[in-house]
Amino acid sequence: MPTKLSARFGTFVLSLFLIAFALPAFAGPFEDAVAKFANDDYSDTEEAIGVVASSGNKLAFPIISALQDGRLMADPDSKKVYVTGTDGKSIDAATGEAVASVPDSASAVRLNNRLRRSVDAALGGLTLQSPDLATRLQAAQSVFKSHEETLLEPVESALAKESNKAVKTALGEARAAILLFKSDATEVQKLEAVATIKARGDQDALALLSDLGSDQPASVAKAATSAIGSIQGSLAIWSSVQNAWYGLSLGSVLLLAAIGLAITFGVMGVINMAHGEMVMIGAYTTFVVQEVIRTRYPALFEYSLLIAVPLAFLVAGGIGVLIERSIIRFLYGRPLETLLATWGLSLVLQQAVRTMFGPTNREVGNPSWMSGAFELGQITITYNRLWILVFTLAVFLILLAMLRYTALGLEMRAVTQNRRMAASMGIATSRVDALTFGLGSGIAGIAGVALSQIDNVSPNLGQSYIIDSFMVVVFGGVGNLWGTLVGAFTLGIANKFLEPVAGAVLGKIAILVLIILFIQKRPRGLFALKGRAVEA
Amino acid sequence: MLNKSTHDIAASFSRRGVLAATAGLMLGLASISGAKAADDTIKVGVLHSLSGTMAISETTLKDTILFLIDEQNKKGGVLGKKLEAVVVDPASNWPLFAEKARELITKDKVSVVFGCWTSVSRKSVLPVFKELNNILFYPVQYEGEESERNVFYTGAAPNQQAIPAVDYLMKDEKVKRWVLAGTDYVYPRTTNKILEAYLKSKGVAQEDIMINYTPFGHSDWQTIVADIKKFGSAGKKTAVVSTINGDANVPFYKELGNQGIKAKDIPVVAFSVGEEELAGLDTKPLVGHLAAWNYFESIKTPANEKFIKDWQAYTKNPKRTTNDPMEAHVIGFNMWVKAVEKVKSTDPDKVIDALPGIEAPNLTGGVSKMLPNHHITKPVFIGEIKANGQFDVVWKTPGLVAGDAWSKELDGSKDLIGDWVGKKCGNFNTKTNKCLGSGS
Repeated sequence: MPTKLSARFGTFVLSLFLIAFALPAFAGPFEDAVAKFANDDYSDTEEAIGVVASSGNKLAFPIISALQDGRLMADPDSKKVYVTGTDGKSIDAATGEAVASVPDSASAVRLNNRLRRSVDAALGGLTLQSPDLATRLQAAQSVFKSHEETLLEPVESALAKESNKAVKTALGEARAAILLFKSDATEVQKLEAVATIKARGDQDALALLSDLGSDQPASVAKAATSAIGSIQGSLAIWSSVQNAWYGLSLGSVLLLAAIGLAITFGVMGVINMAHGEMVMIGAYTTFVVQEVIRTRYPALFEYSLLIAVPLAFLVAGGIGVLIERSIIRFLYGRPLETLLATWGLSLVLQQAVRTMFGPTNREVGNPSWMSGAFELGQITITYNRLWILVFTLAVFLILLAMLRYTALGLEMRAVTQNRRMAASMGIATSRVDALTFGLGSGIAGIAGVALSQIDNVSPNLGQSYIIDSFMVVVFGGVGNLWGTLVGAFTLGIANKFLEPVAGAVLGKIAILVLIILFIQKRPRGLFALKGRAVEA
Repeated sequence: MLNKSTHDIAASFSRRGVLAATAGLMLGLASISGAKAADDTIKVGVLHSLSGTMAISETTLKDTILFLIDEQNKKGGVLGKKLEAVVVDPASNWPLFAEKARELITKDKVSVVFGCWTSVSRKSVLPVFKELNNILFYPVQYEGEESERNVFYTGAAPNQQAIPAVDYLMKDEKVKRWVLAGTDYVYPRTTNKILEAYLKSKGVAQEDIMINYTPFGHSDWQTIVADIKKFGSAGKKTAVVSTINGDANVPFYKELGNQGIKAKDIPVVAFSVGEEELAGLDTKPLVGHLAAWNYFESIKTPANEKFIKDWQAYTKNPKRTTNDPMEAHVIGFNMWVKAVEKVKSTDPDKVIDALPGIEAPNLTGGVSKMLPNHHITKPVFIGEIKANGQFDVVWKTPGLVAGDAWSKELDGSKDLIGDWVGKKCGNFNTKTNKCLGSGS
């Protein structure tokens, strides 16, 4: 008996000892809060974020930023929480001690949108004095958005120390946003705040001012209303600039899709219903190039599009030459049969791609220089649209130069203007036909590379562009590249100015009606070809 | 070959419609038709597009039915007979759906058909199923306002998808301003009409609702995304409810990502974006955007894990995804098997009468039941897009939700019910106690 008793006593002492040791590690509010991350409950996580962010503990920043990136791991069984660093090393979130490995039962703490906003706000408060300029700027922006009253003091102390002008402005705006919503701020402070936010003048400023409740002093409410009016006025002007940019961007997509058709249909006169499928083949070439790069040479991913451009040209051009030699050359001068044959061909190509690659969309990634956007004044310009515009113009100019300055270009123009005469001068017309069709198809393939960045890569990709392409070529004037350019941009801009007024569906119908009316008046399009070529 | 005059071109274009139709017809005729088979099998028709625009979604459903039939045959078939699939390709061509349905029923003598995706294809085959008295299982979420004797709707009705999603946003995200964006056809238009009525009944003002429609396959989303941004800057929490269909989603989400609209600022909840649609996208900029469905591949239940494993083994593709309409087919198929075994016959009349009340487990841990209005009970899940292209369930209804054939939110349909057991009527008016009949 005594042995058993002493053993029990020993355990008791030992457990006391353990509790005494464990207390400092588990008792504090910070540690309690950290443990809450393991509950897998959104409300608990939200509470924990608040406590951790305001704890002043030096682990707060690593924990919250790990939470944002999905690197905060929680073990539901032991209620232990770990921070996995970007370098793969882990620490215990409650104590900061390094741990050898995170147990397998741990999983990343889950977030929803409400929590993401709290995380942003918390990180904003924590990184206001970060040594990194971009982080500070971002912190000021997120404080502006969350305008938590508790952050007033940190913002003011950061403002006092800040030397960078941009960050200083952002912090000033963040301070104004907090003061505007602070119930005990003075009227003067609030009026100043309204002025600061008015000077910012963007949609976020508008949102903030519109959110202001009705419980404000009369002078503040009045100032806010007039600020809203003035911001809306300037945004309205910007919005027409934005529409013009959208129009240019849509026009560049139309031009890119139509430019190959301007050769095969415009210059050669072949009603090529399979044009869209050449675009699709270009897009699938991009997909294949990216697949190869992903599996073999991941470092080259940023250049995948540059590699895909010549390949898409060769693949689509090659198929184009094959089509011309095997089908189209027997059908010259028979538009209806050409139409039927190329339409059938387009179905065959679609189904072939569907069989080879499957019916579902294929993922074509955007290299980092094609993603994101930048702000120009109050408008947002996305990089992918900008690069497509540049690319389109480059393709257009190269094509124009090719037709004008190279021997092949000369031969093409000669053959399309007067076949017999060209043949008598010793030009191999059938070879030129094949090459011209190949060129048009190849350019459609290049278009596919660019369009893969903004649209689905699916077997139906081409179908959505074929009607628009014909529209642009016919509207611009058949056989005239400049007409195609002007036609594409005119349609693009007209569409984008109609869309906000009439909606996307009616806008598109209105454009079609306008084109029909225009073609009635000028059957040869904007830029009609003059001279003998037209008569034949 | 010289430049053609525009008259030539105009003439050719006027005939394009005819040519397109002819070409489509030819393609349809060339498609696979039913194989000749012995009499000791039960034939199951599969009416999903394998070519054309809808092939992207429907091909998977065809494979699902083939997979289910294969599994059932391994268990010994139904009533001691093997099941045999008869696959036809309506080629995303709505009139062809009706022709192919007729062919399945009269020529191949199938006992049941699993098929259709778009509402217009369902409407196109309806008269055929009524006339020839056969059974159609329709697996896709749709706009409701229909209850037919020959059709069993295993997809979600608006109250099993749209309304719970809006409730979630209202309660959890405190959304006050709503953009209802959709593709311009019957499902988005009806769903948005229901949602608009529902939001107004919850006290949302007209100026806080923006409704926007775009054509099929819309690819230039710059203006609309900018409009959404502008609408969202009125100081109230804004969300987008998207009924944008199929292909148009990829450029829409790309534009959202590029213009920097984050889920935490303006969340988008979609009713037509599933695992399959996300497969063509880089989902990192989309993390946090939402989808409402009755099934997600990521839901961890033993039934679902087994299903995914068997499905991937059957398709020999370890990466093949599963989605909501597939689950609907699983439930529908199992219900049909149970009903046939209950009445020991594949006679459509007997099976139609036996189906209401039949229960079949769904893949998310519950048991779905066929209701007298030919809709089923389903759980509703709200999932957030994760960086790996799957969904993380952030909310679900406490129990199963019964599908309403007729929306309670719309004036024209709030008094109607579908009841094929007691009233033998798809559109019974509970106020006037009258069956409206097949007129509406």
